[in-house]
Amino acid sequence: MKKGRFGIYGGQFVPETLMNAMVELETAYSLYKDDPEFNAELSGLLNNYAGRPSNLYFAKNLTDKIGGAKIYLKREDLNHTGSHKINNVLGQALLAKRMGKKRLIAETGAGQHGVATATAAALLGLECEIFMGAEDTKRQALNVFRMQLLGAKVHAVESGSKVLKDAVNEAFKEWTKRIDDTHYVLGSVMGPHPFPQMVRDFQSIISKEIKEQILQKEGRLPNVVAACVGGGSNSIGAFYNFIEDAGVALVGCEAAGKGIDTPETAASFAKGRPGIFHGMKSYFCQTETGQIAPVYSISAGLDYPGVGPEHSYLKDTGRASYVAVKDDEAVYAFEQLCKIEGIIPAIESSHALFWAMENAKKMKKDDIIVVCLSGRGDKDVAMIAKYKGENISE
Amino acid sequence: MNKIQQAFANSKTLITYLTAGDPDLQSTKNFICALAEGGSDIIEIGIPFSDPTAEGPVISAAMERALKNKITLDNIFSMIAEVRKTVSVPLVFMTYLNSVFSYGYLRFFKKCREVGMNAIIVPDMPFEEQDEIKEYVQKYDIANITLIAPTSRERIAELASNAQGFIYLVSSLGLTGMRQKITTDIAGLVKQIKEYAKVPVAVGFGISTPQQAHEIAQAADGVIIGSAIVNIIAKHKENAAEEIVKYVKSIKEAL
Repeated sequence: MKKGRFGIYGGQFVPETLMNAMVELETAYSLYKDDPEFNAELSGLLNNYAGRPSNLYFAKNLTDKIGGAKIYLKREDLNHTGSHKINNVLGQALLAKRMGKKRLIAETGAGQHGVATATAAALLGLECEIFMGAEDTKRQALNVFRMQLLGAKVHAVESGSKVLKDAVNEAFKEWTKRIDDTHYVLGSVMGPHPFPQMVRDFQSIISKEIKEQILQKEGRLPNVVAACVGGGSNSIGAFYNFIEDAGVALVGCEAAGKGIDTPETAASFAKGRPGIFHGMKSYFCQTETGQIAPVYSISAGLDYPGVGPEHSYLKDTGRASYVAVKDDEAVYAFEQLCKIEGIIPAIESSHALFWAMENAKKMKKDDIIVVCLSGRGDKDVAMIAKYKGENISE
Repeated sequence: MNKIQQAFANSKTLITYLTAGDPDLQSTKNFICALAEGGSDIIEIGIPFSDPTAEGPVISAAMERALKNKITLDNIFSMIAEVRKTVSVPLVFMTYLNSVFSYGYLRFFKKCREVGMNAIIVPDMPFEEQDEIKEYVQKYDIANITLIAPTSRERIAELASNAQGFIYLVSSLGLTGMRQKITTDIAGLVKQIKEYAKVPVAVGFGISTPQQAHEIAQAADGVIIGSAIVNIIAKHKENAAEEIVKYVKSIKEAL
């Protein structure tokens, strides 16, 4: 397989201006990824600052109510900053610091990755600028202020459809303007090599822990690991250490929005086809003539027209399967988890939760589903209220 | 000698750019004629893309205007076939790779050859990814233009020695668009490139005034002007032809 490729997917489709930055990043990453000192520092931060390992929680009430397979929740929502994003951000921020960078830039959709990046920048004494679609700054106003409190400058991106895709465009453009002192902390397993591989490595701690924890609790591996897929970082993190365990089904849940038979969807696998964009060859929602299509999901974090290249490879090889979950289904799962388990999940994670709730019924009582609860839902409360037609002020 | 080499043979070469379909394809056809009439030696035709991540605001806006007209590659190819009846200067596509990938590499380059395109510039396809289209550009004799940037440093030897057609030297970091001042040591970079290159070097990004064009032309084989022309089109819309001729002449005379 060619360098930086997953089958035919991946690659390094960036302007020449950025190529040396890619080479530099790749060199630094391969130098530090097996460096004991780097890893000790990263583990120290993950354990003492971010709160790892995160719990693998048996959702007994939910399991009893559904009356099928046991549902476990990997509680990434309990991490510092409230999602799995911190795993990758701490890794990249430490790396950036070792590379002598003084400034972090990042895109954000729901704001989780932006908050995590602003947090790491504050901790490590780096400058931070976050690019966020203007639409998303409205949907997630609280996170904008959170980032500002943490010392980051937030740019509301007014181009295109003013969501995550446009934020990624602007972050790449900004990086092209200022490279020497700046590292772009890409938030998902996407973009040009080495990002998909590096972000996956930093997120693979999720499946490493799940494996240890489930073996300890149940003495066996789960039947299914399910996770939501936007760019695909929490899902690849949750899948990675199970890829070689053929008996473990891997299910990625992408955002169907209002339905894959409507134009208002963000389901890259159900609706898209292979293309080349944002530095990678992968599946993208696009028009017949190859224009990147506007997408929609209730969830700002899944509102992205593409998916990371390793997922495209897992899909084509059949190792993972991908399903599309609609807004109303995710909202249903969101509300159920609040009421039954007393856990407010991120609307992103609720997509995977819905799939698990639907499919647990069809499985045996001693089967096990692990759902990656990638983030907490505090950020979504105002939006859910609005969705239900209730007017609350934040 | 091929057409692109010919375009560099006699004097300093002027390469001009416009976006296909801005404000409509009939106008683009007229403007290509105007660019040639004004003295362009090579004309670059931008294929509009929804997310042009290498473009500054001027060309991004032009692409947005073009896409509102639902411009497709088939329309663009037909327009070029028409243009080729009267315009003989080399024509170069500037396109993001997904437009080509989506159309189909084989189909795209076959069509390029049919309508008389001479080269292609793909800003989001660096040297390492050229295998994507290598087979097809060779088969249909379309030059795949290499971009070199101020950040290329030790990459220059490999990029320059493998270049075809001409080398597009990016004058500054960042995006396309007019700049008050170009701070890069262009002469130094060109000298470094020339140690390895068998093809001419043209400089683009940020050049808009005759004075800037003149200065750059002292150091390089040619200059590339895009946003300044797209600006004229944005201002005068379908009536821009006369202004384009005037502007291109002023640059050509300054070289």
